[in-house]
Amino acid sequence: MEFFKKYPKTFQWLFLLVVFFALCFAIEVPETYKFIRGQAEFVKDPNQSSYVFLGKEVRYYAFDVFWRLPPLLGWLPIWINDSLFFLMNEWMPIEVWNEDTQEFKSRPIVLQISRNLTAFMTFLIELIREILLGGLETIVAFTSWDWIDKNPWAELPGLPWTIVAAGAALLSYKLSGKGLALFAGLTMVYISVFGQWKPSMQTLSFILVAAPLSFIFGLGLGIAAFRSKRVEKALYPILLVMQTMPQYAVLVPALVLFGVGDHAAVIITMVVAIPPMILLTLLGLRAVPPEVIEAGRMSGCTNFQLMFKVLIPTARRDILIGVNQVIMVCFSMAVISAFIGAKGLGFNLLLALNQLNIGLALEAGLCISLIAILLDKMSLAWANKQTDYFGNLTFYQRNKNLLFFGVIFFIGIVLAYMGTYLFKDTFNYLFEIPHNKGISTADFWNKGVDWIFDTFFVYIKAFNTWLIQEVLQPMRALYLRMPAIATIVLVVGAGYLIGGLRSALVVCALTLFIAFSPWWDRALVTAYMATFGVIVSCIIGFTVGTLCFQNKHSANFMLGVCDIFQTFPSFVYLIPVMMLFGITDTSVLIAVIVYATIPATRYTIEGLRSVPAGLHDAATMSGVNKFQRLTKIEFPLAFPHMMLGINQTIVFALFMVIIGAFIGTEDLGQYILKALSDKKGAGIGLTLGICVAFIALIFDNLIRAYVQKRKKHLGID
Amino acid sequence: MSEPVIKCENVYKIFGANAQKMLQDSNGNVDAKTFQENGCIVGVNNASFEVSKGEMLVVMGLSGSGKSTLLRCISRLTDATGGKIFIEGQDLLQLNNKDLIDLRRNKMGMVFQSFALLPHKTVVENIAFPLQIKGIKTEDSINKAMDMVKLVGLDGRENYFPRELSGGQQQRVGIARSLAVEPDIWFLDEPFSALDPLIRKEMQDEFLRLQDKLQKTIMFITHDFDEALKLADRIAIMKDGIIEQLDTPANIVLNPATEYVRKFTEEVPREKVLLIEDVMEVSKDNLGDLKVSKDEIIENVAEKILTQEKPVAVVNENNEIIGSINPAKIINTVFGGRKNNN
Repeated sequence: MEFFKKYPKTFQWLFLLVVFFALCFAIEVPETYKFIRGQAEFVKDPNQSSYVFLGKEVRYYAFDVFWRLPPLLGWLPIWINDSLFFLMNEWMPIEVWNEDTQEFKSRPIVLQISRNLTAFMTFLIELIREILLGGLETIVAFTSWDWIDKNPWAELPGLPWTIVAAGAALLSYKLSGKGLALFAGLTMVYISVFGQWKPSMQTLSFILVAAPLSFIFGLGLGIAAFRSKRVEKALYPILLVMQTMPQYAVLVPALVLFGVGDHAAVIITMVVAIPPMILLTLLGLRAVPPEVIEAGRMSGCTNFQLMFKVLIPTARRDILIGVNQVIMVCFSMAVISAFIGAKGLGFNLLLALNQLNIGLALEAGLCISLIAILLDKMSLAWANKQTDYFGNLTFYQRNKNLLFFGVIFFIGIVLAYMGTYLFKDTFNYLFEIPHNKGISTADFWNKGVDWIFDTFFVYIKAFNTWLIQEVLQPMRALYLRMPAIATIVLVVGAGYLIGGLRSALVVCALTLFIAFSPWWDRALVTAYMATFGVIVSCIIGFTVGTLCFQNKHSANFMLGVCDIFQTFPSFVYLIPVMMLFGITDTSVLIAVIVYATIPATRYTIEGLRSVPAGLHDAATMSGVNKFQRLTKIEFPLAFPHMMLGINQTIVFALFMVIIGAFIGTEDLGQYILKALSDKKGAGIGLTLGICVAFIALIFDNLIRAYVQKRKKHLGID
Repeated sequence: MSEPVIKCENVYKIFGANAQKMLQDSNGNVDAKTFQENGCIVGVNNASFEVSKGEMLVVMGLSGSGKSTLLRCISRLTDATGGKIFIEGQDLLQLNNKDLIDLRRNKMGMVFQSFALLPHKTVVENIAFPLQIKGIKTEDSINKAMDMVKLVGLDGRENYFPRELSGGQQQRVGIARSLAVEPDIWFLDEPFSALDPLIRKEMQDEFLRLQDKLQKTIMFITHDFDEALKLADRIAIMKDGIIEQLDTPANIVLNPATEYVRKFTEEVPREKVLLIEDVMEVSKDNLGDLKVSKDEIIENVAEKILTQEKPVAVVNENNEIIGSINPAKIINTVFGGRKNNN
């Protein structure tokens, strides 16, 4: 009894667990229950029940409500689909002048807006693409096809890669200095020499449209949310869902609204990239000290000046993190948007993935990583650039970079011209090295993986079988064995114990949405994979992070490694594991672990670093040894920050589990992938995406509530 | 006497949802406790005073006494809930946004406790900021800012970032920035509170030197009574939003109006605050040969006076005898009248 009085929370938790397990054992598995395979979905079965809502018939297998709740939200995807169709094809027709047929035509307004937006985006992308690679669409846009036929000279020739490479190096030099210039130059040379020039420039052209637009919209909405509480309240839930929704899921509705191609990819990228930008803008503006704002006001700033000359520059640190996020998201979308027809590296990567060509995928993936890091560093340098007011510069000094570029341009043209003579019977390598005609290390990597497979086949197979039979299958069965009511009680109870009534209600609503959707079983499978991935990732991440923290250099090195791994397209992780472990859950989970360990490691190091130095000294003076200091001082204090790392780990893990559908899983991701190729997939894709987002948000809510309480308890903020 | 530069009439600042209404109902009789029960917090309670041209008014109070709120009402960083504030005869609360910005751009400068420098701008850019906001050409504003850099003694550091400077240097930048537009009215909100004692003293001396040269109209906020005594022409002591006493340093030390004010004055070394004029007697009989100026601080001449047997003559700036002071009076002033000696 003494024990319970001392630890009332422990008692409450024990009670919750007892209730949970009691429910699990009390509710029998119905005899008719079996896990429905994806293919069996559309089979009409006389055993099915059905109901009609809003004119839609929803069919389902009925069980005891304690075992599985009926899919009361089954109409939602169908309804979303129909609404989209209605919007695009019937709602509010307006008269539109058609150039080609020279007559007015009636078109629904949404379709018209979508078409105009599409045309605008396409124009921007083509413009940049044709400057980099050559082409004639932009010229045609201003004139006509007839005109270009008569004046073939006007076709943009595209820049030789030498000029772009040297230009990038020069720009980097002007922005930051020799280091970045060298990096920029090497990146460009690598891209060109490895024959990735064309796809890289295609990807770049679409990112150079998407990233600035996302930045502007994100900043604008962030400012709006900062200035008006109402806007913030309206935006916040959308932002939360968007941030945790797998990007896959947004693809399908975008497909319906904007069709297939680069423009759709830009729009979808913006949809995904804007939310973090808004959140970070808001965070940064909030953190500006009130005295700085007052100083701005007392300097006589108008509201506009206050925002753009005081608030935004002062909040620069967070806003730059936002820019970094935008760039990272853009590049991660570069691959995903290949599904809806974006050209470039992402498309090549998917091809390589399909052929299980690890070498090619690695090379393309590295291009994406390098360009992402380069753009990130350049934008950072640009924002930090200083003006020199006192230098008395000559004309040459002021314009030397421009002059240099002129010289480079000229040399590049001359080289490209000479190239036509040098490489008479083959490609002009000084103009552009065609795809797959450069150097390639693909064979090396492929052979490497083959060698590993051949050499260790027996062990890999044994490990794989053991893991699947002894760990994964039982765990999956356990998750599927949970009655819906028991799960809800567990989650809601945890919400109440951690965050009080408010948390409990939020978590309850989120869980009920999933439970009432037709995919509760699938969500359980997703949850099982995510749980396994998160647990292993956290163990690895905490261990590695703690070990690296012991030494300043190794910590910095590890953070750098995290950066590279995070920018690396997540799809690439799938290939080697798939080759080694085949189409099994093991493959997906290993990819999940590789990817989700990144935030776990990063936040562990950062959390341990955030422990104040004064406490270290105090601890040392109390005579603790290194191990005691770690367990008694650093871990408890760093714990709230590390919990946020777990939060990120969950989001990363879920993201990868969903991508794992590409290998073949039986969870929500499989259905999202299926929705992609389904004409009526928009509603299903969106609803599934929301389900995944809600799984993440349940944990997010619980962890945040816990961290807040803990922080208050420790007196750190 | 000419029009006061700053004039406050019954200024109230009350925070809370229905502050306006509660103030109206109270008929100017604001009781902090009843307001608090109704969810309102009284920041400034019925403040009335004037500051004339070239005068330095120091507002002294402990944290939460409403002194910073009062300053923010007068600079209109927050709007006062009730009362009237006049800046050079203009009704501050009636100004529209454009006129207010105009006023701030040309007439007001403010220094902040936490310096409030813009982290992304160098020293010279920070100082030039108010000028550039006004729309002055970059080159001119930078030149002007460089003059300011010299004025506060930061030459050679103009291209440093705030984070590369010490606290004292950062506040010099803050001071230079507030002076860049050559304002008539200078607000300083606890400018030296965040600094080390030694640096603080150095900055106070520097500040007096600047004020000697510039002769601005100043409102200076501090929680340090010694600082107030050292700098002020007049001191306003605030408690719970109410100005307890507003007077010259000497009068506050000699005649504290309330018990609260008296507690502050107890520990003050009077010989460092009071002038000969404050303690002299009018009788001119039986004077000795020594003469002292009426504007001397007692500490500086005490030794000389104490060696005299006869009363010492006190003279004004024209060397006319206006009174006398005897050694016993000095001893009495320095050691007498304190609680622990009674």
